[in-house]
Amino acid sequence: MSEIAFWGAVELGLVYAFVGLGVYLSFRILDFPDLTVDGSLPLGAAVAAVLILAGVAPWPATLAAMVAAGCAGLVTATLNVKFKILHLLASILTMIALFSINLRVMGRPNVAIINEPTVLTPFYGLGLSDYLVRPAVLFVFVAIAVVLLTAFLGSNFGLAMRATGANARMARAQGIRTQFHIYAGIALSNALVGLAGALFAQTNGFADVTAGVGTIVVGLAAVIVGETLLPSRRIALALIGCVIGSVLYRIAIQLALSADVIGLKASDLNLATAVLVAVALILPRLRKGGRT
Amino acid sequence: MIRIENLGVTFSRGTPLETRALRGIDLTISSGEFVTVIGSNGAGKSTLLSAVAGDTPVSDGRILIGERDVTKWSTARRAGLVARVFQDPLAGSCGNLSIEENLALAAARGHRRGLGPALSAERREIFHERVSELGLGLENRLNDLMNLLSGGQRQSLALIMATLSPSEVMLLDEHTAALDPGMAEFVLDLTERLVAERKLTTMMVTHSMRQALDVGTRTIMLHEGRIVLDVAGDMRAGLTTDDLVAMFRKVRGQDLEDDSLLIE
Repeated sequence: MSEIAFWGAVELGLVYAFVGLGVYLSFRILDFPDLTVDGSLPLGAAVAAVLILAGVAPWPATLAAMVAAGCAGLVTATLNVKFKILHLLASILTMIALFSINLRVMGRPNVAIINEPTVLTPFYGLGLSDYLVRPAVLFVFVAIAVVLLTAFLGSNFGLAMRATGANARMARAQGIRTQFHIYAGIALSNALVGLAGALFAQTNGFADVTAGVGTIVVGLAAVIVGETLLPSRRIALALIGCVIGSVLYRIAIQLALSADVIGLKASDLNLATAVLVAVALILPRLRKGGRT
Repeated sequence: MIRIENLGVTFSRGTPLETRALRGIDLTISSGEFVTVIGSNGAGKSTLLSAVAGDTPVSDGRILIGERDVTKWSTARRAGLVARVFQDPLAGSCGNLSIEENLALAAARGHRRGLGPALSAERREIFHERVSELGLGLENRLNDLMNLLSGGQRQSLALIMATLSPSEVMLLDEHTAALDPGMAEFVLDLTERLVAERKLTTMMVTHSMRQALDVGTRTIMLHEGRIVLDVAGDMRAGLTTDDLVAMFRKVRGQDLEDDSLLIE
C-alpha cells in the first residue's frame, strides 16, 4: 500500500469516525438500532454540496447538513415513540424515504464540488501536502467532537439519556422524560452522521445518492472494533475507541484490497465488512462458552 | 400529605378480560405517616402504589400529592414528589452505570437536568457520606458498576437514592421480598431509620403480617380493590398477627358467602 493510499484510508476513517460516534449514541447509549444513517449520510453530503454550489459558505452549509440529518433522525424517533412502530422498521422507512429526498435535494444522482471552497480550503497551502492536510484537519475536528460528546454524556442531561437506554422504567421513576431523550439522542446521532456526509462530500469533491449504502454496518464495525481494542466503560475511552476502530477498519480494508494475493476487488467491500461485523458480534458469545 | 379520593382502576375495560383492580379507594395519609399495605395476591396493593406513582392510568377518582392534583400527570412529572423502591433489585437502578452515576441520576430527581457535569466534587462528597451510612463499605466502590453488587446491596443503595432528593411520599413495593432473610432485615431496619430521620411520608407494600404490624405507624388491608381494614395508634398496637390473619379469613369468608348466594 502506497503512502498516499494509507493516508487516504486514514482520511476516510476519520470522516466515518463521526458515523461511529453517531452509531455509538443510538446503538450503545440508547439501545436503539437506527438504520436512518444509511439515508442521513448522503443527505448530509447532498445538502452540503448543493448549498456550497449555490454559493453558501462551507461552514454554514455543513451546519445545515447536520440540521437536515438531525431532522431525519427526528422523523424516525417520532415514528417509533409517538406511533409505536418498531425502531428498526421506523428507521428503514425513513431511510427509504430519504433516498427519494436526496435525489430531490441534488436534482440528479451525483453532484461534483471538486473546485468549490470547502471547510478544508483555508488549511491547504500551509506547507503540508494536500493528502496530509485532510487527515490532519479531520483529526482535529474529530478530537473536538470527542471532547464535546464526552462532556455531554457526563452531564446531567447526558446521564439521563444513558439511563433512558439502560433502564427506561427506572429513568421515568427518577423523573426523566424518556421520550424526549430518545428524540434528542437520535437527532444528535443523525446530525453526527450528517456531518460525516458533509465532510465526505467536501474531502472527496462530490455527493452521490448511493454513498449511504451500508453506512450503519461501517458505523457498527467502528464501534465493535473500538470496543474490542479498548474495552472500557469510561465514556471518553469508548468514544476514542470508535474513532480508532473507524480508522483501523479503513486501513484493514485498504490493505485487503491492495494485497493482490487475496484477490479482492473493490466491489467485495460490503461482503468483507458484513463478514467482519458478524464475526466480531459472534466471537464474544463463543468466548462466554456458547451461552446466548 | 397525599389524598386519594374514590380511586378506581380498571384493566381491559369493555372486554371480557375486564378487571376492576381498585374499586373506590379513599385514603388520606398525613405528612410523616408510615403506612404498611397488606392484602392477598390480586388485592390491588401494587396497583395502588403504581397508580400513585403514575405508572397505571386511573379510571375514576383523583390523587392529590401535597395539595396538587396529579391524577393526569405522567410518571416522570410526578417523580419530583414521589420517591420509589421497586421489588426487583435490578429494576431500581442501571446495572451498566456506576454506583455514583446511579446516585447522580437520583440526586437530580425533581430538578432540571442541564448540561452541567453530573458528578461534581460537591456531589461526590455527599454520595460518599450518604453511602457510608450503610456501613457496607460501598463508599469505597462508588466507581464500580451497579451490576457487580448483590440484590441486598442494590436495594440498600436504592433506599439511599430514594432519599437523596426530597419527596412528598416514598413508595416501597415489597422492596425486601427478593432478598435473603438477613439482608431483608438489614434493608427493613435501614428503611425505618431513614423514614424516622427524615420524617418521610411512606407507603410500604408487604406480604408479611409481622412486618405490616411491626413497621410503620398505620396499617391498611386491601381486599378485591377495597380497603377492608385501616388501623393506627393504640388499636394497631394491640393487634397481633393472629388477629390480622383472623380478619383476613373473615373478609375472604364473607366473599364465599356472597358467592354462594349468587349461585343460589
